[in-house]
Amino acid sequence: METLIFLLFAALALASALMVVLHRNPVYATMSLVVTLFSVAVFFVMLGAPFLGTIQVLVYAGAIVVLFLFVIMLLNVEREEIQRSGQTAQRWVSIAGAIVFGAVLIIMFWQGGPTETGELTPEMVSMKGLATALFSEYLLAFEAVGLLLLVAVIGATVAARRPQYADAAPAAHASDAPVGEEREV
Amino acid sequence: MVPVSWYLLLSALLFAIGAAGALTRRNGISIFLSIELMLNAANLSIVAFARQLGDHTGQLIVFFVMAVAAAEAAVGLALFIAVYRQRRTIDVNRLNLMRW
Amino acid sequence: MLDLLWLIPILPLLGAAINALLVRAPKPLVTAVGLGAPFLSLLLALGCLWQYVTGVHPGTFEQVLYAWTAGDLAIDVGFRLDALSAVMLFIVTYVGFLIHVYSAGYMGHEAGYRRYFCYLNLFMTAMLLLILGKNYLIMFVGWEGVGLCSYLLIGFYYDQEFPPYAGKKAFIVNRIGDFAFLVGMFALIAQFGSLEYSRVFPAALANTGLMTSPYVLGLTLASFVALCFFIGAMGKSAQIPLYVWLPDAMAGPTPVSALIHAATMVTAGVYVVARSNAIFQQAPDISAFVAVIGAATALFAATIGIAQTDIKKVLAYSTVSQLGYMFLAAGLGAYSAAIFHVGTHAFFKALLFLGSGSVIHAMGGEQDMRNMGGLKKHLPSTYRTFVIGSLALAGIPPLAGFFSKDEILHAAAANHQWVLYTVGLLTAGITAFYMFRAVFLTFHGKFRGTHEQEHHLHESPPVMTIPLWILALGALTVGLAGIPKMFSRGHDINWTHHFLAPIIVRPQGAEAGEHNLGMGLEWFLLFLAVGVAVAGILLARALYGGDKGLAEGRTWASRFPFVHRLLVNKYYVDEIYDRVIVRPLAALSQFFWKVVDTFVIDGAIRAGAFLTELTGDLGRFSTTGNVRNYALYFFLGVILLFWWVAL
Repeated sequence: METLIFLLFAALALASALMVVLHRNPVYATMSLVVTLFSVAVFFVMLGAPFLGTIQVLVYAGAIVVLFLFVIMLLNVEREEIQRSGQTAQRWVSIAGAIVFGAVLIIMFWQGGPTETGELTPEMVSMKGLATALFSEYLLAFEAVGLLLLVAVIGATVAARRPQYADAAPAAHASDAPVGEEREV
Repeated sequence: MVPVSWYLLLSALLFAIGAAGALTRRNGISIFLSIELMLNAANLSIVAFARQLGDHTGQLIVFFVMAVAAAEAAVGLALFIAVYRQRRTIDVNRLNLMRW
Repeated sequence: MLDLLWLIPILPLLGAAINALLVRAPKPLVTAVGLGAPFLSLLLALGCLWQYVTGVHPGTFEQVLYAWTAGDLAIDVGFRLDALSAVMLFIVTYVGFLIHVYSAGYMGHEAGYRRYFCYLNLFMTAMLLLILGKNYLIMFVGWEGVGLCSYLLIGFYYDQEFPPYAGKKAFIVNRIGDFAFLVGMFALIAQFGSLEYSRVFPAALANTGLMTSPYVLGLTLASFVALCFFIGAMGKSAQIPLYVWLPDAMAGPTPVSALIHAATMVTAGVYVVARSNAIFQQAPDISAFVAVIGAATALFAATIGIAQTDIKKVLAYSTVSQLGYMFLAAGLGAYSAAIFHVGTHAFFKALLFLGSGSVIHAMGGEQDMRNMGGLKKHLPSTYRTFVIGSLALAGIPPLAGFFSKDEILHAAAANHQWVLYTVGLLTAGITAFYMFRAVFLTFHGKFRGTHEQEHHLHESPPVMTIPLWILALGALTVGLAGIPKMFSRGHDINWTHHFLAPIIVRPQGAEAGEHNLGMGLEWFLLFLAVGVAVAGILLARALYGGDKGLAEGRTWASRFPFVHRLLVNKYYVDEIYDRVIVRPLAALSQFFWKVVDTFVIDGAIRAGAFLTELTGDLGRFSTTGNVRNYALYFFLGVILLFWWVAL
């Protein structure tokens, strides 16, 4: 039963991942990413981390993907044309590299670690244990991540805001270009 | 029950796909999507290992990874917006001011 | 007083340093420092000598300032006062001081007055280090130091073209000798582990087997070291073939010629040979070589002196010739005779040089004797002292030169070296001839110069003539220090010989230079020598005396044009050296410069730079500006890393 679910969602994940990478239209790619994320959430639950699965759906699929979609809409990103010029070497080497890397990873995983897996116990799954560890042992990391998020928010706001024009300058500084003047590309 | 190694295999495949996409796509947003894919693959492998070792430290790590990924996505997209304002394009091929 | 021995070389050094640093010092101060330092050294030297001679301190006195060790080698920085260094000390400080006094007058109007005294004091320091050093190393420091000061002083008039060239020539030719000297010192260190006189000479005497067994290049150890030292002496004391720098060294100021190239520096080679007599006595082949070279040089240089027209050049070749006499004596084993001749020669040659300086000064810088004549009216003191010096050089009794020269000829005869004796005798005659040729041409007859020179003629001031008279007095009396046995009816009152006896070793009871010839033969030889000298003087008078001037000389020269040209051009030795040695070396240097340095070495460096540039020019194409490419490089690196870690 479990195996069946796994295989089903594994196939789904792989298919949608390929769609993310291959589809020309960015909106479709984003949608495929959502499917992949959902599958990964299922895997989390199957691996005994239901909290993570929930967070995955809420944060990743709910917030991040929505953010992506917002930006795509905002920038009116077009379908990507198929380009033939100049980057063939890049493309083939990348694909080859990715395949090789995948192989290396698989070999790594195959060689390491015991093959015996214990049964799922309640305390492995419980939120209480997780929360206790988070707020005791990993408190510093927790606070740091909080700070990071704050910084990210401020940075994103600053980076994305509409460029401000300087206040009306005296004649002597008229030659200075205003900050972030828009140019025609 | 499903052997943990299958999850790891899946994670490796997802990562490879994501890497290929990140290196191949021309569109900046698409590159970001591929990067998110890679992050998820890594998360999956960490949780799989946590399951195998019976330690929920791995889950905490993934928690933090997700937070960081969210921050990174926010800032990166903000940068893309800024770049778009300057250059009217997010085609990576055309953002090459620092070429020789 | 003896423990102040170390001050004797140091005081002139201080004088040199003070004069070097006080750039704006007024002339009286420069003179005070420049003369005061050697004067104090002289006083100290006289004090030490008094104590030494009257036996306050018995035997050899050694003083160590600093004991330097480097691994197994222990060489002291220290000084030694024994009979040999005592004699040299007296000569150097006494004659040196007189020449300093003379210089104050001669160089009084020169622009480089302060520099001159700085260099001259430095020279005194080096020379005193040379003779007072207690081991070969300190001596060699002094040896090099006098070479340096010689270079500095020969090239004193550096804004002219020739003096710097002459200075370089002196230094480079000396260097050849210095190299050999160093090799000799290395051999001593290798065999005896020390350079101290107090260790090497007893060891050399004790290990006669070692000294006379074959060592290298077919020579025994003693012969090798002796040869190396003698080559060094050849350079420093201007013997064939390394004498060529001395005539050109006359480009320096005349007092310099007097001090360095007559009285002191050039005698350093004789000093070394005498000091190392323990080694030379065990190397009879090299000693014979020394004697032959000395005799040959004496004759050779004397013949050149006949045809020279520059008064200083005549004296320069005379110096080379007299140095040859000293080496002739040393080679025959008559070391005390050689040192005695050093002493007498210092007095009369310095006198002659300073006298010529007086003449040149009066002539307003003219040195060519063809433009002189009749100067005895105008320069009476100079004339009289010059004649005294010339008589001493010619070997007329009872002046100093007679006694010392006679000792040398006697040594040759006593060893039955009749060829060397004949050469020495012949040279004595030629010496008298060229010297009095110079006297007659300069001081007798009619004046041949220009009118303005004639108006300028005046006797030198006392600061210059008093040293002349003091030296003349020395030339008259110093001979008494070496009266040979024959005059005292068999009693040996040769004071010099006695005084220097402790220095001279006699390995295995060998007898050197003390054979008796029998009274009759000795008196005959003595009269022969004096007769030859007188004949030389008379010949000179016949050719140049009275009012004859140059006419007779020119007639004789036109009768033997080939010989005359050969002599005037110094046997073309400089030209031969130039063709055979200097030009090939210069060509080799050009080759090394153009090909090896510019092409190979610089080329290698430029090639490296070129490669770097090339790498940059090609490598920049990897910065495409496309972030995907960078990401790919990154990714490939990660793959390699994982590969390496995991597999």
